[in-house]
Amino acid sequence: MQKSSTLLDLAIKYGFLALMAGLIIFFGITAEGFLSPFSAVFILQSVAITGILALGVTATLVVDGFDLSIGAVATSALMLSAYVMVVWEMSAFWAVALSLAMGAAVGAVNGMMIVKFKVPDLLATLGMMFLLLGAQRIPTEGRSVSTGMALPDGTIANGTFSDTFLMLGRYRIADLVPLSVVFLIAAAILIWAFLELTRHGRLMYAIGSNAQAASLAGTNVNRYKILAYMISGTMASLGGILLSARLGRGDVASGNNLLLDAVAAALIGFAVLGAGKPNAFGTAIGALFVGILLQGLTMLNAPYYTQDFIKGAVLVVALVFTFALSGRTGRAKA
Amino acid sequence: MSEPAIRLSGVRKSFGKNQVLRGIDMQIPPGQVTVLMGANGAGKSTLVKVLCGVHRADGGTVMLGETPFAPETPSEALRSGVVTVHQNINDGVVPDLDVTSNLLLDTLASGGSTFLKRRDMRARAREIAAAVGLEIDVTLPVAGLTLADRQLVSIARAMAHNPELLILDEPTSSLSAAETKRLFEMVERLRDRGVAILYISHRMSDIRRLADRILSMRDGQIVQHFEDKPLDYEGAVRAMLGHEISEVDIRIPDAGKPVLELSDLVLREGAAPFSIDAHENEVIAVAGLVGSGKSAFAAALFGLTRPVSGRMKLDGRPHQPRASSDAVAAGVYMCPKDRLVNAVVPDFDISRNITLPFTRRHSRPGGFLSFRSERATANRMVGDMGVICQGVGDGILTLSGGNQQKVMVARWMAEASRVLILDEPFQGVDIQARRDIGRKIRETANTRTTIVFVAELDEALEVADRILVMSEHSIVGDHRNDNIDVSAIMAEVVDAGAAPRAAGI
Repeated sequence: MQKSSTLLDLAIKYGFLALMAGLIIFFGITAEGFLSPFSAVFILQSVAITGILALGVTATLVVDGFDLSIGAVATSALMLSAYVMVVWEMSAFWAVALSLAMGAAVGAVNGMMIVKFKVPDLLATLGMMFLLLGAQRIPTEGRSVSTGMALPDGTIANGTFSDTFLMLGRYRIADLVPLSVVFLIAAAILIWAFLELTRHGRLMYAIGSNAQAASLAGTNVNRYKILAYMISGTMASLGGILLSARLGRGDVASGNNLLLDAVAAALIGFAVLGAGKPNAFGTAIGALFVGILLQGLTMLNAPYYTQDFIKGAVLVVALVFTFALSGRTGRAKA
Repeated sequence: MSEPAIRLSGVRKSFGKNQVLRGIDMQIPPGQVTVLMGANGAGKSTLVKVLCGVHRADGGTVMLGETPFAPETPSEALRSGVVTVHQNINDGVVPDLDVTSNLLLDTLASGGSTFLKRRDMRARAREIAAAVGLEIDVTLPVAGLTLADRQLVSIARAMAHNPELLILDEPTSSLSAAETKRLFEMVERLRDRGVAILYISHRMSDIRRLADRILSMRDGQIVQHFEDKPLDYEGAVRAMLGHEISEVDIRIPDAGKPVLELSDLVLREGAAPFSIDAHENEVIAVAGLVGSGKSAFAAALFGLTRPVSGRMKLDGRPHQPRASSDAVAAGVYMCPKDRLVNAVVPDFDISRNITLPFTRRHSRPGGFLSFRSERATANRMVGDMGVICQGVGDGILTLSGGNQQKVMVARWMAEASRVLILDEPFQGVDIQARRDIGRKIRETANTRTTIVFVAELDEALEVADRILVMSEHSIVGDHRNDNIDVSAIMAEVVDAGAAPRAAGI
């Protein structure tokens, strides 16, 4: 195959990775301790949960959809897992299983609303977001779930977070690598392999590029769209479970930034390797990029309140990169 | 003939390498209805867009009366007196506003005082409506009107500019017979007032009713014009569809056993039932005007819609696909028309576009794709079809139209089929690609039955063993492509279509 790499092609393809490498070198020189293993693990841990959510939302972006409910699904999973253990006094297994099932079910409902009832994706998942944000507060009358809390009927909840469950959020392999990071890497590999290596992923990309053509080629477009939202919901609930295990209580106030951070990571991913389209590898890199930037700036004593501004700036630059430079032709890997 | 209202000479327009208008020479006289006929892709809509200021011509001149006319924007065309009513009715009206506001929209848009005087506006709107004989309550919201009334409102609004030229682009395509009649009355009234009217339509009944002159367009040129009464409708269709002696020599092989047996098939309510068999080793072309039911026929075979009644059998067993996936599983493949809308996956390379329907064949257990298997198939098909590219990893949009179409056809030839349906496979492709695709269709035809839906008769003569003529959602003619009587086919294309509707007028 003939290779004609102009400078612009190179910039489009490797520009973002080069920028990231430059950032690492810059922080390595200016911020003491940035290049230590501990710092690397800290970065991974800080992006693990948003990264997992971002991988889920990538699946919906691939079929040209969007899932605004992921943040709410994650916090619902957080509340549900706590409720299952503390109020129903059930085991960690059930806390995880029920939360994942809830995520998948929410995804299925989102998908059905979109393909069967023709509700536009943004509106359907926005509605679902509000519904879940409200629903998760009803059983506890708006309070956080923790051992010893008083239930609405006056009894005291005596269940506890099981140690097995807390391990998910707190255990470190070799006292260094948290399990949540292992989950992130596993999720990234799984989603990447599914989207890039299997026929199902291929057909989902076809749907995202031209749904009509995919349908006339015999693809069941509706089924794959619903599947994409179920993947998104399941990944979001996994993120919620890990957050719950890290916090050790069903905190109603946590998880505010999950949606925006995850969406930002997935959109930054468009620019990685000049893909110009949603992709799992790019999403993981996008999440990592934000993590590196924030960690480095924190170590350089940048104030915390500038974080959102920096994330926004990175996102805007990445989007310009994607759409202005590489165009919307989509550069499928040869 | 009086001085023409508008005169075009040598108007040319290309999009990239694709030359759509190849020197249009035409005149439209005032006080007459000039009908423009042309098959899909002949360049009619491009011509209209040049006249109404959406596109700029690359060359040639347009004279409106005594002044040169080269509008840069639609509103400039409108101010110069060229008014266009588009096919899509809702483009011409704002559904949420009432009739008054719609009729005065151009006045509103061009400024004036900020606060509106309702009473004055209504009076003005009634004048505009009355001027074209439209009787309507101007306070009604447009969203509550019938399609025909919306159409008439948009025409009335256009007429408020006292245009010199009114262009109607397939205005009756979504109107009922009674609504069509009202539209015609209005068109005739405008004609009698001396407006030049360019009327674009495929409907023979419309044309018979309205036409004072007919221009036949083909391959970006006006190939013939008809002015002498009685108008030679058949000649006009022939000029538009073309029937040059084909250079392709068709040797009709012996047909094999029947593959597809259709009996008493009714494609829509009120259409005549028809029965045909399609055999192995047979290439059938289906010809007919736009709207004759070719698309409905293809859709029924491929499971996109279900016929109203009748039976379809595939190799002796009932064929009742409920979706395209059922049809593909049964070995009935369709290469759809309008490839950019219905077939091309723009983000994919050539290889992935080819393997799209058959990813299962290229997968190992667990659904993991074998890229090597995909590439092998893609390379084989690219070689077979003669797709000109650097490699199967090229993005599909880097190819020319003809090569894109070859890839789309290759997609469905990559696996053996029982029935291969090709809906307008020669649409927007150059003559060489057309020959290549046609030859490939014939070379591979022996294992299946092939049904090709065509826009022009030439294409049918080039590719088919047997030619079916469609009209009014039914098959009205069945000819062996051997010393064929072209004028008999033309008569079927034109006359059968006109008969039922003509009775209603």
